[in-house]
Amino acid sequence: MELILNSPLILFFHEMVYFFGGIGVLSYQIIRDLFKGPFYWRLTLDQVFHVGNRSLPLIVITAISTGMVMSLQFGLGLEKFGGKLYVPKLVSITVLREMGPVFTSLMVAARVGAGFASEIGSMVVTQQIDAIRALGTSPIKKIVIPRVLATFISLPILVALSNLISNFGGLLVGYSELKLDPNFYILKILTTVTLTDYFSGFGKSFFFAIFIAVPSCYFGLTVKNGTKEVGIATTKAVVVSSILVLVGDFFLSKLFWILEKMT
Amino acid sequence: MIEVKNFRKSFGKKLIHADVSFNVKKGECMGLIGGSGAGKSVILRSLIGLEKPDSGEILIDGENIAKLRENQLVSIRKKVAYVFQGGALFDSMTVFENLAYPLKEHTQLNESEMRSMIITQLGEFGLANSEHLFPGNLSGGMQKRVGLARALMMHPQVVLYDEPTAGLDPYNTKKIQEHILKLKAQGMTSILVTHDMPTAFAVCDRMCFLLHGKIEFQGKVEEIQEDKTGIVHKFINGEEH
Ligand SMILES: Nc1ncnc2c1ncn2[C@@H]1O[C@H](COP(=O)(O)OP(=O)(O)OP(=O)(O)O)[C@@H](O)[C@H]1O
Ligand SMILES: [Mg+2]
Repeated sequence: MELILNSPLILFFHEMVYFFGGIGVLSYQIIRDLFKGPFYWRLTLDQVFHVGNRSLPLIVITAISTGMVMSLQFGLGLEKFGGKLYVPKLVSITVLREMGPVFTSLMVAARVGAGFASEIGSMVVTQQIDAIRALGTSPIKKIVIPRVLATFISLPILVALSNLISNFGGLLVGYSELKLDPNFYILKILTTVTLTDYFSGFGKSFFFAIFIAVPSCYFGLTVKNGTKEVGIATTKAVVVSSILVLVGDFFLSKLFWILEKMT
Repeated sequence: MIEVKNFRKSFGKKLIHADVSFNVKKGECMGLIGGSGAGKSVILRSLIGLEKPDSGEILIDGENIAKLRENQLVSIRKKVAYVFQGGALFDSMTVFENLAYPLKEHTQLNESEMRSMIITQLGEFGLANSEHLFPGNLSGGMQKRVGLARALMMHPQVVLYDEPTAGLDPYNTKKIQEHILKLKAQGMTSILVTHDMPTAFAVCDRMCFLLHGKIEFQGKVEEIQEDKTGIVHKFINGEEH
């Protein structure tokens, strides 16, 4: 019996139940406290700044590289069939619908999610979270809500920026390697890409923000004792939020397709 | 003022407190001693609702806080201050901001009123001119004093000291003793958890000795000082734990 209970599969299942239970409770507390009592504008704005600051360089680099690489691959691949002229449209749609939101979110998960988990975890270990409670304030309001909201505000902005930069990367390679006229490239994007394309990608970023911020705060808060657990929580935060982004992306894409068809 | 009845608490399978009962009267200072890991901090934490008892009652001014929810505990936490064993200062804030934290939260004071209160408080605790420092740059003794100063910002009616003199030099220990005595003279109710017997004898009226999840002995400080054979005497002399 002991052996069965300790088998990896059972332990994994056990952990999953705990995780979803914990996330459920935390989400409930966040929603409940969001509209009640004092709201900390300053803390939220500070966090918006932190989130942006932490991830901006990383996102600029990822965005421009993905744009350039896609432009190159599509261009070289389609050249044989004389389809080079479709590069602007293809790159742009792939970026707007998938690459922009997903890559940006993955980067934010790695930087910001890890940051939240380790920061909050350290605060638990040094009893600062207890101190917040002992001084008659709520860690949910003081620590969790500002971080979740900040991600909710920042991630879509970062995605919008990343979309722009990726397309610019595509244009750079389109001009230098594929010998496409930049004016033609831009015109082609503007005439072939629809707002639906844009928003079906952009809209996902709000969900991704939640997928990143809530689990990361959760793993930070559930650190029990010792600095070693802070490291484990940080790793878990990155892994779990990345998985949620990737898996969530499929279902959200599916959902947005259904919505598009209906309208 | 404080009444604990049949307090029981375990973590997982590990039973920490089987059945703990004691009370503290208004204006009294009660010492709580016991071996390391006996669960002294757990009792103090439970008194402000940071831990929930498995069963039993914790009455503060006649109100049972064991059943209260987090947002109902705010008024208790304004009344009862907990001085953390490790200080628990906010390390991303300066000393000034640490002391300002409870004021910003629970009072309507303006910037300059707050400033003057905090400067006075810092002077009081021998921390003048350190308001711009971060906790990481303070000595252990200073951290303890900042922790104490922060806990007292809201003028609580009860203070729970968790080993306030541990790791301090004789001078700082004496300073802390003086603070505790001064507050007591002003009518403060308090519980002092400590391993530092001279301090306990100097400031406490009564003492409880915690052993194996129960209050093994409780009595006046004089009784403990005079007793030369009992279990508390053995504990104090390091013959029992
Ligand atoms: N959150 C918790 N989860 C699990 N066990 C805990 C928790 N808090 C305390 N304990 C356990 O409860 C016991 C009592 O802890 P506590 O910190 O109250 O001891 P203490 O009497 O204050 O000791 P010390 O004098 O060293 O401060 C310890 O064995 C500790 O491991
Ligand atoms: Mg302790």
